[in-house]
Amino acid sequence: MDNILFFILSALAIGGALMVILARNPVYSVLFTILTFFAIGGHFLLLNAQFLFIVNIIVYAGAIMVLFLYVIMMLNLNKQSEPTQPFFIKVIAAISGGLLLITLLGALRGMDSDKVISDIPYSDIGLVKNLGKVLFTEYLIPFEISSVLFLSAMIGAVMLGKKNLKDH
Amino acid sequence: MEILPIEVIDKLVIIVAVFGISLVIAMYSTLAERKVSAFLQDRIGPNRAGIFGIFQPLADGVKFFMKEEIIPATADKGLFILGPSLSMLTACMTSAVIPWGDTLELFGRVIPLQVTDINIAVLYVFAVVSIGVYGIMIGGWASNNKFSLLGALRASSQMISYEIAMGLSIVALIMTTGTMSIGEIVYQQGGELYGIGALDGFAWNVFYQPLGFLIFMICAFAECNRTPFDLPECEAELVGGYHTEYSSMKLGFYLFAEYINMFISSAIMSALYFGGFNFPFIDKLDLSHNWETIIGVGFFFTKIIAFIFFFMWIRWTLPRFRYDQLMRLGWKILIPLSILNIIITGLVLLLTL
Amino acid sequence: MYSLSKKSKVVVKKEMTWSEKLYLPAIFQGLMITIRHFFKKKATLQYPEQKKEFAAVYRGKHILKRDEQGRENCTACGLCAVSCPAEAITIVAAERQKGEEHLYREEKYAASYEINMLRCIFCGLCEEACPKDAVYLTEELAPASFDRTDFIFGKDKLVQPLGTSAHPKTYKPYKK
Repeated sequence: MDNILFFILSALAIGGALMVILARNPVYSVLFTILTFFAIGGHFLLLNAQFLFIVNIIVYAGAIMVLFLYVIMMLNLNKQSEPTQPFFIKVIAAISGGLLLITLLGALRGMDSDKVISDIPYSDIGLVKNLGKVLFTEYLIPFEISSVLFLSAMIGAVMLGKKNLKDH
Repeated sequence: MEILPIEVIDKLVIIVAVFGISLVIAMYSTLAERKVSAFLQDRIGPNRAGIFGIFQPLADGVKFFMKEEIIPATADKGLFILGPSLSMLTACMTSAVIPWGDTLELFGRVIPLQVTDINIAVLYVFAVVSIGVYGIMIGGWASNNKFSLLGALRASSQMISYEIAMGLSIVALIMTTGTMSIGEIVYQQGGELYGIGALDGFAWNVFYQPLGFLIFMICAFAECNRTPFDLPECEAELVGGYHTEYSSMKLGFYLFAEYINMFISSAIMSALYFGGFNFPFIDKLDLSHNWETIIGVGFFFTKIIAFIFFFMWIRWTLPRFRYDQLMRLGWKILIPLSILNIIITGLVLLLTL
Repeated sequence: MYSLSKKSKVVVKKEMTWSEKLYLPAIFQGLMITIRHFFKKKATLQYPEQKKEFAAVYRGKHILKRDEQGRENCTACGLCAVSCPAEAITIVAAERQKGEEHLYREEKYAASYEINMLRCIFCGLCEEACPKDAVYLTEELAPASFDRTDFIFGKDKLVQPLGTSAHPKTYKPYKK
């Protein structure tokens, strides 16, 4: 059962991710991104990481992609306004993308696959209670520092929005 | 020879029942809306289709199905259909985590009257609500009409703004209850209020979190696009909104999804803050467990219907916000207030525990 | 200014107090007002079954009267057309021939009597002006139509049908 679900979700995730790149219309790209997020969320659920699953959907699919969709809808992108890329930029993009892929493959190769399979699926670390305990004891300082980072990002956004105030 | 385990059949029956009940209640909410608005305006309301107009929703539905189905030539056909479908889907999905009643003991088995009691139910509700924005945005964009697009942007910016305050107001509730399972939250509300014996069965969260409840309710109004927050679809002064180009049952789905949302958010409010299926003096009646459950379900639905009435009552009392007022209320008043609520709750918890 | 109803409120633009800024008391007040209306007696009339009584002075569609013997009263004097402020009435007069005494009461009669119902303002001045008791405004409503020519009412629509009651206000149209 889990295996079947895993393969369906993986197919969805990979297919969705491919469609993000292949779709001509940027709105379709965003929607396929959301589909990919859902498929990845399903993987989290298979790993018994409910909190990650739900937060993935709330934050990424529910909030960030909405803002993406916003911007793309307002830009009114269509075939006429699409700039044609020079050939050498395409080559550079292909090379850099391929390098990233090779790096990822190399990272996967170095991993001890037996350990991963035996450890993760049956752990309860993904449940809210356990995750909260770990976050607020073991990883308290990184957690708080990242929240400070978010706060500074928020303040930065507000400052960017207000930068014209000086002129008036 | 069993094809399905008996528990699966239980769940299937409950799912179908919940689905059917939420559709029927949403259907009759449309009639109730017209009736309530009529009564508040010294009128009678629809009374021609059947006695008291009870067949009016059917007539409306038939009318919606009979109308010509128009898809604009320049619209994105697939997404145009996906929009209302998503709205309807997300409206129906939330009912999965609401505990409709206590357990029933039938045929020697204990059947919980809830589709699933996951331990992140509250977050699940938020996830579904945040997905609900897509139905509106996709519909508005796919219409290929600038008024629809602007309406969709208006609607979705309102929904994501109020989602934040809603989430923050729920955080305080989760701090007091210590769980994110709605079933658990409802069970906790069955005790005595402030430890006073006379107030048995009244330990409703609204008495512990009045400010949180108020914020949650205001945000629920905004999430359902109900007056005074119905700018997304205000017919009078702004163009129809995201469903300008929609006709026939696709428009019907959008409108119907609003009523299902209203029903579901009433259910969530009464489950989280008004004790769910708990009713006062539950132990003093000395009834069998099944009867207690059935009466509890009745009480739960009474609370839900009271909330639906309140939704309508507000709609026909208050005028609509202006857009800047809406945003000011959401960002400058509700969010700071809910953060304050969290701080106060935290302080009280620290001092009492 | 002196207030006639004593209900007017002087509006002062001033800073709202803190409790007013909360809006919640005002919302509660509004809710109480609407819920009071919820239980009030409804003003609705079930129209096709219940009909509202017309006022005694109601002025509806015109009628050209007949006398007790079924003869038309109108003598085509033209006073109604003159008095009409909207100039809606057009009359063509004709002389009564021998053998038509049972049709027309006076020696002169209206060969055609037309009222343009789009112009008519139902003021009733024709009724006031008529010296022969011929024109009355009844309680009947002037019917609607999609065609402008339908609003020019000739004698076929205006003359009182034979065998109906004599009093103009109690005049009832024929039942089909």
